[in-house]
Amino acid sequence: MIRKPKRGGAEIPSASMADIAFLMLIFFLVTTTFDVDTGIGLVLPPHIEEAELVKIKKENLANVLVNKEGQVLLDGDLVVISQIKEILKSKIRENDKLIISVKTDRETSYEIYIAVMDELKENYYELREEFSRQKFGIGLTQLTKVQLREVREAIPQRISLAEPEKTF
Amino acid sequence: MKFQKKQAQTKQQIPTASMPDMIFILLIFFMVTTVMKEQTIKVKFTLPSAKQIEKIDNKRLISYIWVGRDGRIQIDDNIVYVGDIQSIMYRKRKELPNVIVSLRIDRGSKMGIVTDIQQQLRKADALRINYSALQKI
Repeated sequence: MIRKPKRGGAEIPSASMADIAFLMLIFFLVTTTFDVDTGIGLVLPPHIEEAELVKIKKENLANVLVNKEGQVLLDGDLVVISQIKEILKSKIRENDKLIISVKTDRETSYEIYIAVMDELKENYYELREEFSRQKFGIGLTQLTKVQLREVREAIPQRISLAEPEKTF
Repeated sequence: MKFQKKQAQTKQQIPTASMPDMIFILLIFFMVTTVMKEQTIKVKFTLPSAKQIEKIDNKRLISYIWVGRDGRIQIDDNIVYVGDIQSIMYRKRKELPNVIVSLRIDRGSKMGIVTDIQQQLRKADALRINYSALQKI
């Protein structure tokens, strides 16, 4: 009779368990991506009845009209979308109470509307950047929260969506 | 007088036996707290692109409205009519007072539908909106 050789206790070495778990943790931490929502932020004007529509002084208003062909009329002048920014910048420098009113046709393409909104946003961004460089000597991205709030208060975004015409 | 440094009797080692358990707890904690909200999008759309886009800091505040290239509007998991948006958004705003409405609208849409949605949102008093757009390169 042959005796079986005596077996040692079967054990899995668990010393490296922590390392494995760590690797897993790090792997998941690294590979998880959260798709961040990006876009153009805007606050709509509150809904009010027609009777209490606020009248704004004509000199404080810049009208941006976009027709269905995608042509842009800025205060009565036909302009190219890429010009809007520069024109508005000089207008806001002259009058810091300027409100930009955007009006579109029902048939206007959304893409053109976004391009126009982008221009308006860029206009404000560049004005703020300029203000920040003058006042603090650094760009917008390096400002502290308090400074950023100050810049925002100094140059508020005044974009207004015009009341749509009643079509129905 | 000579001082002899007292040697501690205990072992100077941190027990590492429970290390994997702690790591696993960490792992499980992150797995549990991660919110993955997936909604099935029933409309087809391509977002427009813009240069001056900003990130929305708080994802929990966002509520989406999709508009497909065929003009259908989707909120949550349902296709809705324009006229229904007001009541739906009003309910949402009651639950979450500072809700941000992210408008994911197809780039080829007409402004008519966008204006209609905006009017509905204004009536529902959900005023913070965000035109979802991709970074223009």
